[in-house]
Amino acid sequence: METRWTRREVLETAAVLGGASLVSPVNAAQRIAGSADEPIESTMHLSINGREHTLVLDNRATLLDALRERIGLTGTKKGCDRGECGACTVHIDGRRVLSCLTLAVTAHGREITTIEGLAKSGALHPVQAAFIRHDAFQCGFCTSGQIMSAVACLAEGHAGSEAEVAEYMSGNLCRCAAYPQIRAAVLAAARESRG
Amino acid sequence: MNPFSYARATDLSSAIAAASTEGTVLLAGGTELLNWLKEGIATPRRVVDINALSELDYIELNATELRLGALARMSAVAAHPDVGREFPALSIALEKSASQQIRNMASMGGNLMQRTRCPYFRAEVELPCNKRVPGSGCAAREGEDRSHAVLGGSEQCIATHPSDAAVALTMFDAVVRVEGPKGPREVPIDEFYALPGKTPHVETVLAPGEVIVQIAVPRSSMTPHSYYLKVRERASYEFALVSAAASVETEWKIIRTAKIAVGGVAPKPWRLRSGEANLVGVALDDEATMHRALERDFETARPGRHNGFKIELVRRTAIRALQAAGGMA
Repeated sequence: METRWTRREVLETAAVLGGASLVSPVNAAQRIAGSADEPIESTMHLSINGREHTLVLDNRATLLDALRERIGLTGTKKGCDRGECGACTVHIDGRRVLSCLTLAVTAHGREITTIEGLAKSGALHPVQAAFIRHDAFQCGFCTSGQIMSAVACLAEGHAGSEAEVAEYMSGNLCRCAAYPQIRAAVLAAARESRG
Repeated sequence: MNPFSYARATDLSSAIAAASTEGTVLLAGGTELLNWLKEGIATPRRVVDINALSELDYIELNATELRLGALARMSAVAAHPDVGREFPALSIALEKSASQQIRNMASMGGNLMQRTRCPYFRAEVELPCNKRVPGSGCAAREGEDRSHAVLGGSEQCIATHPSDAAVALTMFDAVVRVEGPKGPREVPIDEFYALPGKTPHVETVLAPGEVIVQIAVPRSSMTPHSYYLKVRERASYEFALVSAAASVETEWKIIRTAKIAVGGVAPKPWRLRSGEANLVGVALDDEATMHRALERDFETARPGRHNGFKIELVRRTAIRALQAAGGMA
Protein backbone atom coordinates (compact mmCIF):
# COMPACT_ATOMS: atom_id res chain seq x y z
CA MET A 1 0.00 0.00 0.00
CA GLU A 2 1.68 3.16 -1.12
CA THR A 3 0.43 5.92 1.16
CA ARG A 4 1.19 9.44 0.02
CA TRP A 5 2.38 11.55 2.87
CA THR A 6 0.11 14.23 4.17
CA ARG A 7 1.14 17.83 3.72
CA ARG A 8 2.09 18.03 7.36
CA GLU A 9 4.31 14.98 7.18
CA VAL A 10 5.98 16.31 4.06
CA LEU A 11 6.67 19.60 5.82
CA GLU A 12 8.10 17.81 8.83
CA THR A 13 10.38 15.78 6.63
CA ALA A 14 11.31 18.72 4.47
CA ALA A 15 12.80 20.34 7.53
CA VAL A 16 15.15 17.37 7.78
CA LEU A 17 15.79 16.92 4.10
CA GLY A 18 16.19 20.56 3.23
CA GLY A 19 13.20 20.67 0.92
CA ALA A 20 13.19 17.11 -0.37
CA SER A 21 9.88 15.70 -1.52
CA LEU A 22 9.88 11.99 -1.00
CA VAL A 23 7.19 9.39 -1.18
CA SER A 24 7.52 6.49 1.18
CA PRO A 25 5.53 3.27 1.11
CA VAL A 26 5.34 3.56 4.84
CA ASN A 27 1.91 3.54 6.36
CA ALA A 28 1.35 6.82 8.15
CA ALA A 29 0.05 5.00 11.22
CA GLN A 30 3.38 3.33 11.72
CA ARG A 31 5.39 6.48 11.68
CA ILE A 32 7.09 7.23 14.91
CA ALA A 33 6.63 10.77 16.09
CA GLY A 34 9.55 13.14 15.68
CA SER A 35 11.69 13.66 12.61
CA ALA A 36 14.77 12.04 14.14
CA ASP A 37 12.82 8.82 14.56
CA GLU A 38 11.59 8.04 11.12
CA PRO A 39 9.97 4.61 10.81
CA ILE A 40 12.33 1.71 10.47
CA GLU A 41 9.70 -0.59 9.04
CA SER A 42 7.43 -0.41 6.02
CA THR A 43 4.21 -1.93 4.80
CA MET A 44 4.56 -3.52 1.41
CA HIS A 45 2.56 -5.49 -1.14
CA LEU A 46 4.56 -8.28 -2.67
CA SER A 47 3.13 -10.21 -5.62
CA ILE A 48 4.80 -13.62 -5.45
CA ASN A 49 4.02 -16.36 -7.94
CA GLY A 50 0.72 -14.62 -8.69
CA ARG A 51 -0.36 -14.32 -5.04
CA GLU A 52 -0.57 -11.03 -3.19
CA HIS A 53 1.08 -10.72 0.21
CA THR A 54 0.87 -7.70 2.48
CA LEU A 55 3.73 -7.54 4.92
CA VAL A 56 5.09 -5.17 7.52
CA LEU A 57 8.84 -5.64 7.59
CA ASP A 58 11.92 -3.98 8.99
CA ASN A 59 13.46 -1.93 6.18
CA ARG A 60 16.63 -3.99 6.55
CA ALA A 61 14.85 -7.21 5.48
CA THR A 62 16.09 -8.63 2.21
CA LEU A 63 13.66 -10.16 -0.25
CA LEU A 64 15.43 -13.47 0.42
CA ASP A 65 14.67 -13.37 4.14
CA ALA A 66 11.10 -12.19 3.50
CA LEU A 67 10.48 -15.13 1.15
CA ARG A 68 11.96 -17.72 3.47
CA GLU A 69 11.16 -16.48 6.96
CA ARG A 70 7.88 -14.61 6.51
CA ILE A 71 6.15 -16.18 3.54
CA GLY A 72 7.49 -19.70 4.02
CA LEU A 73 8.79 -20.12 0.49
CA THR A 74 12.02 -21.88 1.39
CA GLY A 75 12.82 -23.09 -2.13
CA THR A 76 14.94 -19.97 -2.61
CA LYS A 77 18.22 -20.71 -0.83
CA LYS A 78 20.56 -18.58 1.22
CA GLY A 79 24.12 -19.49 0.31
CA CYS A 80 26.60 -16.67 0.75
CA ASP A 81 24.11 -13.82 1.42
CA ARG A 82 26.65 -11.54 -0.32
CA GLY A 83 25.70 -11.80 -3.99
CA GLU A 84 28.49 -14.22 -4.80
CA CYS A 85 26.85 -17.65 -5.23
CA GLY A 86 23.52 -17.19 -7.05
CA ALA A 87 21.59 -19.64 -4.84
CA CYS A 88 19.01 -16.94 -4.07
CA THR A 89 18.21 -16.11 -7.72
CA VAL A 90 14.57 -15.15 -8.35
CA HIS A 91 12.82 -13.23 -11.11
CA ILE A 92 11.50 -9.71 -10.61
CA ASP A 93 9.33 -8.49 -13.47
CA GLY A 94 10.72 -11.40 -15.51
CA ARG A 95 14.43 -10.59 -15.00
CA ARG A 96 16.77 -12.73 -12.93
CA VAL A 97 18.12 -10.95 -9.86
CA LEU A 98 19.69 -11.82 -6.52
CA SER A 99 17.16 -11.73 -3.68
CA CYS A 100 19.94 -11.43 -1.07
CA LEU A 101 20.95 -8.04 -2.53
CA THR A 102 17.35 -6.80 -2.84
CA LEU A 103 15.66 -4.99 0.03
CA ALA A 104 12.17 -6.48 0.31
CA VAL A 105 10.61 -3.01 0.42
CA THR A 106 12.04 -2.23 -3.04
CA ALA A 107 10.08 -5.17 -4.51
CA HIS A 108 6.81 -3.51 -3.47
CA GLY A 109 4.29 -3.73 -6.31
CA ARG A 110 6.51 -5.81 -8.58
CA GLU A 111 6.00 -9.34 -9.93
CA ILE A 112 8.22 -11.85 -8.15
CA THR A 113 8.65 -15.44 -9.34
CA THR A 114 10.40 -18.07 -7.25
CA ILE A 115 11.18 -21.73 -7.91
CA GLU A 116 7.78 -22.59 -6.37
CA GLY A 117 6.08 -20.62 -9.15
CA LEU A 118 7.58 -22.42 -12.15
CA ALA A 119 5.48 -25.60 -12.34
CA LYS A 120 2.08 -24.99 -13.92
CA SER A 121 -0.91 -27.14 -12.90
CA GLY A 122 1.31 -29.86 -11.55
CA ALA A 123 3.53 -30.08 -14.64
CA LEU A 124 7.20 -29.32 -14.18
CA HIS A 125 8.69 -26.44 -16.12
CA PRO A 126 10.73 -27.83 -19.07
CA VAL A 127 13.95 -26.61 -17.41
CA GLN A 128 13.06 -28.44 -14.18
CA ALA A 129 12.35 -31.60 -16.19
CA ALA A 130 15.65 -31.22 -18.08
CA PHE A 131 17.59 -30.90 -14.79
CA ILE A 132 16.10 -34.18 -13.58
CA ARG A 133 16.68 -35.93 -16.90
CA HIS A 134 20.32 -34.81 -17.06
CA ASP A 135 21.06 -35.45 -13.38
CA ALA A 136 22.11 -31.80 -13.11
CA PHE A 137 22.62 -31.72 -9.35
CA GLN A 138 24.12 -33.66 -6.51
CA CYS A 139 23.32 -32.12 -3.12
CA GLY A 140 20.67 -29.86 -4.63
CA PHE A 141 21.33 -26.74 -2.58
CA CYS A 142 22.17 -24.53 -5.58
CA THR A 143 19.56 -26.12 -7.84
CA SER A 144 16.65 -23.73 -7.38
CA GLY A 145 18.97 -20.81 -8.13
CA GLN A 146 20.45 -22.66 -11.11
CA ILE A 147 16.98 -23.36 -12.51
CA MET A 148 15.72 -19.80 -12.01
CA SER A 149 18.87 -18.54 -13.70
CA ALA A 150 18.53 -21.08 -16.53
CA VAL A 151 14.89 -20.16 -17.24
CA ALA A 152 15.96 -16.52 -17.62
CA CYS A 153 19.05 -17.51 -19.63
CA LEU A 154 16.75 -19.19 -22.19
CA ALA A 155 14.36 -16.24 -22.25
CA GLU A 156 17.28 -13.84 -22.84
CA GLY A 157 18.46 -15.94 -25.78
CA HIS A 158 21.78 -16.72 -24.10
CA ALA A 159 21.68 -20.51 -24.49
CA GLY A 160 22.93 -20.87 -28.05
CA SER A 161 26.08 -22.87 -27.33
CA GLU A 162 27.82 -24.62 -24.47
CA ALA A 163 30.28 -21.73 -24.15
CA GLU A 164 27.47 -19.20 -24.05
CA VAL A 165 25.60 -21.20 -21.40
CA ALA A 166 28.79 -21.46 -19.32
CA GLU A 167 29.29 -17.69 -19.54
CA TYR A 168 25.70 -16.70 -18.79
CA MET A 169 25.27 -19.27 -16.00
CA SER A 170 28.54 -18.28 -14.31
CA GLY A 171 26.76 -16.36 -11.55
CA ASN A 172 25.46 -19.64 -10.12
CA LEU A 173 28.09 -21.65 -8.27
CA CYS A 174 27.78 -25.40 -7.72
CA ARG A 175 30.18 -26.71 -5.11
CA CYS A 176 29.36 -30.30 -6.13
CA ALA A 177 30.63 -29.22 -9.58
CA ALA A 178 27.68 -30.59 -11.55
CA TYR A 179 28.51 -28.01 -14.21
CA PRO A 180 28.72 -30.41 -17.22
CA GLN A 181 25.28 -31.81 -16.40
CA ILE A 182 23.86 -28.34 -15.73
CA ARG A 183 25.13 -27.09 -19.10
CA ALA A 184 23.67 -30.18 -20.80
CA ALA A 185 20.29 -29.64 -19.12
CA VAL A 186 20.16 -25.95 -20.10
CA LEU A 187 21.13 -26.73 -23.71
CA ALA A 188 18.53 -29.52 -23.90
CA ALA A 189 15.81 -27.25 -22.55
CA ALA A 190 16.87 -24.57 -25.05
CA ARG A 191 16.61 -27.04 -27.93
CA GLU A 192 13.14 -28.12 -26.75
CA SER A 193 11.94 -24.54 -26.45
CA ARG A 194 13.03 -23.87 -30.01
CA GLY A 195 11.03 -26.97 -31.03
CA MET B 1 23.21 -3.54 10.50
CA ASN B 2 21.71 -0.45 12.07
CA PRO B 3 18.02 0.28 11.47
CA PHE B 4 17.23 2.85 8.80
CA SER B 5 14.21 4.57 7.34
CA TYR B 6 13.29 4.08 3.70
CA ALA B 7 11.79 6.48 1.20
CA ARG B 8 11.44 6.73 -2.54
CA ALA B 9 12.60 9.83 -4.36
CA THR B 10 10.00 11.05 -6.81
CA ASP B 11 12.21 13.57 -8.59
CA LEU B 12 15.88 14.34 -8.99
CA SER B 13 15.82 17.47 -6.83
CA SER B 14 14.48 15.49 -3.89
CA ALA B 15 17.21 12.89 -4.41
CA ILE B 16 19.85 15.64 -4.40
CA ALA B 17 18.37 17.20 -1.29
CA ALA B 18 18.31 13.81 0.42
CA ALA B 19 21.87 13.00 -0.63
CA SER B 20 23.02 16.29 0.90
CA THR B 21 21.74 15.18 4.30
CA GLU B 22 24.13 13.59 6.78
CA GLY B 23 23.39 9.91 7.31
CA THR B 24 21.47 9.45 4.05
CA VAL B 25 22.52 7.16 1.22
CA LEU B 26 20.99 6.70 -2.21
CA LEU B 27 19.94 3.25 -3.38
CA ALA B 28 20.08 2.34 -7.08
CA GLY B 29 20.86 -1.28 -8.03
CA GLY B 30 21.83 -2.12 -4.46
CA THR B 31 24.45 -4.71 -5.41
CA GLU B 32 27.13 -2.71 -3.61
CA LEU B 33 25.06 -0.93 -0.97
CA LEU B 34 23.49 -4.11 0.43
CA ASN B 35 26.93 -5.60 1.04
CA TRP B 36 28.20 -2.36 2.59
CA LEU B 37 25.21 -2.44 4.96
CA LYS B 38 25.81 -6.09 5.85
CA GLU B 39 29.54 -5.53 6.47
CA GLY B 40 29.08 -2.28 8.38
CA ILE B 41 30.97 -0.35 5.69
CA ALA B 42 27.93 1.94 5.38
CA THR B 43 25.78 2.78 8.40
CA PRO B 44 23.08 5.15 7.12
CA ARG B 45 20.07 6.31 9.11
CA ARG B 46 18.05 6.76 5.93
CA VAL B 47 18.04 4.99 2.58
CA VAL B 48 16.52 6.89 -0.32
CA ASP B 49 15.58 4.71 -3.29
CA ILE B 50 16.10 6.49 -6.62
CA ASN B 51 14.94 3.64 -8.86
CA ALA B 52 11.62 5.34 -9.61
CA LEU B 53 13.47 8.17 -11.42
CA SER B 54 12.81 6.72 -14.87
CA GLU B 55 14.17 9.91 -16.46
CA LEU B 56 17.63 8.62 -15.51
CA ASP B 57 17.15 5.26 -17.28
CA TYR B 58 18.04 5.62 -20.96
CA ILE B 59 20.64 4.79 -23.61
CA GLU B 60 20.88 7.33 -26.44
CA LEU B 61 23.29 7.67 -29.34
CA ASN B 62 23.41 10.98 -31.20
CA ALA B 63 25.83 12.33 -33.80
CA THR B 64 28.47 13.29 -31.27
CA GLU B 65 28.12 11.07 -28.22
CA LEU B 66 26.62 8.09 -26.45
CA ARG B 67 24.55 9.14 -23.44
CA LEU B 68 23.98 6.64 -20.67
CA GLY B 69 21.49 7.58 -17.97
CA ALA B 70 22.83 6.91 -14.49
CA LEU B 71 20.10 4.32 -13.92
CA ALA B 72 20.63 2.43 -17.18
CA ARG B 73 21.33 -1.15 -16.11
CA MET B 74 24.66 -2.79 -16.96
CA SER B 75 22.91 -5.64 -18.85
CA ALA B 76 20.91 -3.18 -20.96
CA VAL B 77 24.00 -1.18 -21.94
CA ALA B 78 26.02 -4.35 -22.61
CA ALA B 79 23.34 -5.73 -24.95
CA HIS B 80 22.52 -2.47 -26.73
CA PRO B 81 23.36 -2.81 -30.44
CA ASP B 82 24.57 0.82 -30.76
CA VAL B 83 27.00 0.32 -27.88
CA GLY B 84 28.29 -2.96 -29.33
CA ARG B 85 28.81 -1.43 -32.77
CA GLU B 86 30.23 1.99 -31.84
CA PHE B 87 31.96 1.25 -28.51
CA PRO B 88 32.81 -2.48 -28.43
CA ALA B 89 35.32 -2.05 -25.58
CA LEU B 90 32.49 -0.80 -23.36
CA SER B 91 30.07 -3.62 -24.14
CA ILE B 92 32.82 -6.23 -23.68
CA ALA B 93 33.85 -4.67 -20.36
CA LEU B 94 30.24 -4.77 -19.14
CA GLU B 95 29.61 -8.28 -20.42
CA LYS B 96 32.70 -9.50 -18.56
CA SER B 97 31.63 -7.85 -15.30
CA ALA B 98 29.89 -9.74 -12.50
CA SER B 99 27.02 -12.07 -13.48
CA GLN B 100 23.84 -11.57 -15.49
CA GLN B 101 21.82 -11.36 -12.25
CA ILE B 102 24.05 -8.57 -10.94
CA ARG B 103 24.17 -6.82 -14.34
CA ASN B 104 20.35 -6.84 -14.39
CA MET B 105 20.34 -5.00 -11.07
CA ALA B 106 23.41 -2.76 -11.13
CA SER B 107 23.20 0.74 -12.58
CA MET B 108 25.85 2.54 -14.62
CA GLY B 109 26.10 5.33 -12.06
CA GLY B 110 26.48 2.80 -9.27
CA ASN B 111 29.11 0.96 -11.29
CA LEU B 112 31.33 4.05 -11.15
CA MET B 113 30.68 4.36 -7.40
CA GLN B 114 31.84 0.81 -6.60
CA ARG B 115 34.46 0.57 -3.91
CA THR B 116 37.58 -1.53 -3.83
CA ARG B 117 37.54 -5.32 -3.48
CA CYS B 118 40.58 -5.13 -1.17
CA PRO B 119 39.93 -8.03 1.26
CA TYR B 120 41.00 -5.89 4.22
CA PHE B 121 38.48 -3.21 3.29
CA ARG B 122 35.73 -5.84 2.87
CA ALA B 123 36.69 -7.88 5.95
CA GLU B 124 33.81 -9.08 8.13
CA VAL B 125 36.01 -8.64 11.18
CA GLU B 126 37.30 -5.10 11.01
CA LEU B 127 40.99 -4.91 10.14
CA PRO B 128 43.24 -1.85 9.82
CA CYS B 129 42.03 0.02 6.73
CA ASN B 130 42.37 3.74 6.15
CA LYS B 131 39.35 3.67 3.85
CA ARG B 132 37.13 2.06 6.52
CA VAL B 133 38.52 3.97 9.49
CA PRO B 134 40.86 6.84 8.54
CA GLY B 135 44.07 6.59 10.55
CA SER B 136 43.66 2.89 11.38
CA GLY B 137 46.46 1.84 9.03
CA CYS B 138 46.74 -0.29 5.92
CA ALA B 139 46.78 -4.05 6.46
CA ALA B 140 47.57 -4.69 2.79
CA ARG B 141 50.95 -2.93 2.92
CA GLU B 142 52.24 -5.49 5.43
CA GLY B 143 49.97 -8.31 4.32
CA GLU B 144 48.68 -10.04 1.21
CA ASP B 145 49.09 -7.47 -1.57
CA ARG B 146 48.81 -9.68 -4.64
CA SER B 147 45.66 -7.94 -5.93
CA HIS B 148 46.84 -4.43 -5.08
CA ALA B 149 48.09 -1.37 -6.92
CA VAL B 150 51.57 -0.90 -8.35
CA LEU B 151 50.88 2.67 -9.53
CA GLY B 152 49.24 5.65 -7.84
CA GLY B 153 49.06 4.21 -4.34
CA SER B 154 50.28 5.86 -1.15
CA GLU B 155 51.63 4.91 2.27
CA GLN B 156 48.02 4.95 3.44
CA CYS B 157 46.37 2.85 0.74
CA ILE B 158 47.23 0.60 -2.22
CA ALA B 159 43.69 -0.50 -3.14
CA THR B 160 42.64 -0.84 -6.78
CA HIS B 161 39.33 0.19 -8.32
CA PRO B 162 37.24 -2.80 -9.41
CA SER B 163 35.10 -1.44 -12.27
CA ASP B 164 35.72 -2.87 -15.74
CA ALA B 165 33.38 -0.36 -17.38
CA ALA B 166 35.30 2.56 -15.85
CA VAL B 167 38.48 1.36 -17.57
CA ALA B 168 36.76 1.37 -20.96
CA LEU B 169 35.11 4.72 -20.22
CA THR B 170 38.48 6.22 -19.21
CA MET B 171 40.04 5.03 -22.47
CA PHE B 172 37.11 6.62 -24.36
CA ASP B 173 37.52 9.97 -22.49
CA ALA B 174 33.98 9.76 -21.14
CA VAL B 175 32.47 12.63 -19.18
CA VAL B 176 30.52 12.16 -15.94
CA ARG B 177 27.61 14.59 -15.75
CA VAL B 178 26.51 15.31 -12.21
CA GLU B 179 23.87 17.46 -10.61
CA GLY B 180 24.05 18.81 -7.10
CA PRO B 181 22.91 21.51 -4.74
CA LYS B 182 25.01 24.03 -6.72
CA GLY B 183 23.71 22.90 -10.10
CA PRO B 184 25.03 20.67 -12.87
CA ARG B 185 28.67 20.15 -13.84
CA GLU B 186 30.76 17.87 -16.01
CA VAL B 187 33.78 15.90 -14.81
CA PRO B 188 36.11 14.13 -17.25
CA ILE B 189 36.23 10.56 -15.97
CA ASP B 190 40.03 10.69 -15.64
CA GLU B 191 39.49 13.43 -13.04
CA PHE B 192 36.48 11.76 -11.39
CA TYR B 193 38.47 9.48 -9.07
CA ALA B 194 40.76 10.85 -6.37
CA LEU B 195 44.12 9.21 -5.71
CA PRO B 196 44.45 8.02 -2.11
CA GLY B 197 47.28 10.26 -0.90
CA LYS B 198 46.70 10.94 2.77
CA THR B 199 42.89 10.68 2.44
CA PRO B 200 42.09 7.27 0.94
CA HIS B 201 38.51 7.42 2.22
CA VAL B 202 37.89 10.23 -0.30
CA GLU B 203 37.45 8.30 -3.53
CA THR B 204 35.78 10.68 -5.97
CA VAL B 205 35.51 14.42 -6.53
CA LEU B 206 31.75 14.36 -5.89
CA ALA B 207 30.68 16.97 -3.34
CA PRO B 208 28.00 16.14 -0.75
CA GLY B 209 24.64 15.97 -2.50
CA GLU B 210 26.09 15.57 -5.97
CA VAL B 211 24.48 12.76 -7.94
CA ILE B 212 25.68 11.19 -11.20
CA VAL B 213 22.95 11.74 -13.79
CA GLN B 214 24.65 10.77 -17.04
CA ILE B 215 27.79 9.26 -18.49
CA ALA B 216 28.58 10.70 -21.93
CA VAL B 217 31.00 8.94 -24.28
CA PRO B 218 32.26 10.98 -27.26
CA ARG B 219 32.08 9.33 -30.68
CA SER B 220 34.99 9.25 -33.10
CA SER B 221 36.10 7.17 -36.06
CA MET B 222 38.31 5.26 -33.60
CA THR B 223 35.72 4.12 -31.09
CA PRO B 224 34.40 1.19 -33.19
CA HIS B 225 37.99 -0.09 -33.33
CA SER B 226 38.26 -0.82 -29.66
CA TYR B 227 38.59 -3.82 -27.38
CA TYR B 228 38.66 -4.74 -23.69
CA LEU B 229 40.83 -7.58 -22.45
CA LYS B 230 40.27 -8.85 -18.92
CA VAL B 231 42.74 -11.21 -17.25
CA ARG B 232 41.47 -13.05 -14.19
CA GLU B 233 41.81 -16.25 -12.23
CA ARG B 234 38.47 -17.74 -13.30
CA ALA B 235 37.08 -17.87 -16.83
CA SER B 236 34.04 -15.85 -15.78
CA TYR B 237 32.41 -14.09 -12.82
CA GLU B 238 35.60 -12.75 -11.26
CA PHE B 239 37.19 -9.36 -10.84
CA ALA B 240 40.17 -8.50 -13.02
CA LEU B 241 43.71 -9.23 -11.95
CA VAL B 242 44.65 -6.75 -14.68
CA SER B 243 42.76 -5.48 -17.71
CA ALA B 244 43.25 -3.18 -20.67
CA ALA B 245 40.91 -1.13 -22.84
CA ALA B 246 42.35 0.04 -26.15
CA SER B 247 41.27 1.75 -29.32
CA VAL B 248 43.45 2.29 -32.33
CA GLU B 249 43.59 3.96 -35.71
CA THR B 250 45.93 2.28 -38.18
CA GLU B 251 47.12 2.75 -41.73
CA TRP B 252 48.52 -0.42 -43.33
CA LYS B 253 48.93 -1.88 -39.83
CA ILE B 254 50.96 1.13 -38.66
CA ILE B 255 49.53 2.78 -35.56
CA ARG B 256 48.40 6.39 -36.24
CA THR B 257 46.59 6.96 -32.95
CA ALA B 258 46.27 4.74 -29.89
CA LYS B 259 44.39 5.11 -26.65
CA ILE B 260 44.94 2.75 -23.73
CA ALA B 261 43.62 2.56 -20.18
CA VAL B 262 44.49 -0.26 -17.83
CA GLY B 263 42.72 -1.66 -14.78
CA GLY B 264 43.76 -3.63 -11.72
CA VAL B 265 47.06 -1.80 -11.29
CA ALA B 266 46.10 1.53 -9.70
CA PRO B 267 43.51 3.16 -7.44
CA LYS B 268 41.67 4.25 -10.58
CA PRO B 269 41.65 3.33 -14.27
CA TRP B 270 45.11 4.33 -15.52
CA ARG B 271 45.79 5.90 -18.90
CA LEU B 272 49.11 4.95 -20.50
CA ARG B 273 49.69 8.39 -21.98
CA SER B 274 53.42 8.04 -22.64
CA GLY B 275 52.73 4.75 -24.34
CA GLU B 276 50.01 6.26 -26.48
CA ALA B 277 52.50 8.84 -27.76
CA ASN B 278 55.34 6.34 -28.20
CA LEU B 279 53.17 3.91 -30.17
CA VAL B 280 52.57 6.29 -33.07
CA GLY B 281 54.32 4.88 -36.13
CA VAL B 282 54.83 1.42 -34.62
CA ALA B 283 53.56 -1.61 -36.54
CA LEU B 284 50.68 -3.38 -34.82
CA ASP B 285 52.45 -6.73 -35.09
CA ASP B 286 55.82 -5.46 -33.79
CA GLU B 287 55.35 -6.63 -30.22
CA ALA B 288 58.92 -5.95 -29.08
CA THR B 289 58.70 -2.28 -30.04
CA MET B 290 55.21 -1.98 -28.60
CA HIS B 291 56.48 -3.45 -25.35
CA ARG B 292 59.28 -0.85 -25.17
CA ALA B 293 56.78 1.89 -25.98
CA LEU B 294 54.87 0.95 -22.82
CA GLU B 295 57.87 1.05 -20.46
CA ARG B 296 57.87 4.73 -19.59
CA ASP B 297 54.39 4.63 -17.97
CA PHE B 298 55.67 2.11 -15.43
CA GLU B 299 58.87 3.93 -14.38
CA THR B 300 57.09 5.18 -11.27
CA ALA B 301 55.63 1.76 -10.42
CA ARG B 302 56.14 0.69 -6.82
CA PRO B 303 55.38 -3.01 -6.59
CA GLY B 304 54.89 -4.58 -3.16
CA ARG B 305 55.72 -8.10 -2.13
CA HIS B 306 53.32 -10.15 -4.27
CA ASN B 307 52.08 -7.90 -7.07
CA GLY B 308 55.23 -7.17 -9.09
CA PHE B 309 54.06 -9.56 -11.83
CA LYS B 310 51.31 -7.09 -12.74
CA ILE B 311 53.77 -4.71 -14.42
CA GLU B 312 54.72 -7.25 -17.08
CA LEU B 313 51.27 -8.83 -17.27
CA VAL B 314 49.46 -5.56 -17.84
CA ARG B 315 51.87 -4.47 -20.60
CA ARG B 316 51.26 -7.73 -22.45
CA THR B 317 47.53 -7.35 -21.85
CA ALA B 318 47.61 -3.82 -23.30
CA ILE B 319 49.47 -5.04 -26.40
CA ARG B 320 46.95 -7.83 -26.98
CA ALA B 321 44.05 -5.41 -26.47
CA LEU B 322 45.59 -2.99 -29.00
CA GLN B 323 46.07 -5.75 -31.54
CA ALA B 324 42.50 -6.97 -31.10
CA ALA B 325 41.22 -3.40 -31.40
CA GLY B 326 43.14 -3.08 -34.64
CA GLY B 327 41.61 -6.24 -36.05
CA MET B 328 44.54 -8.60 -35.43
CA ALA B 329 43.26 -11.81 -33.93
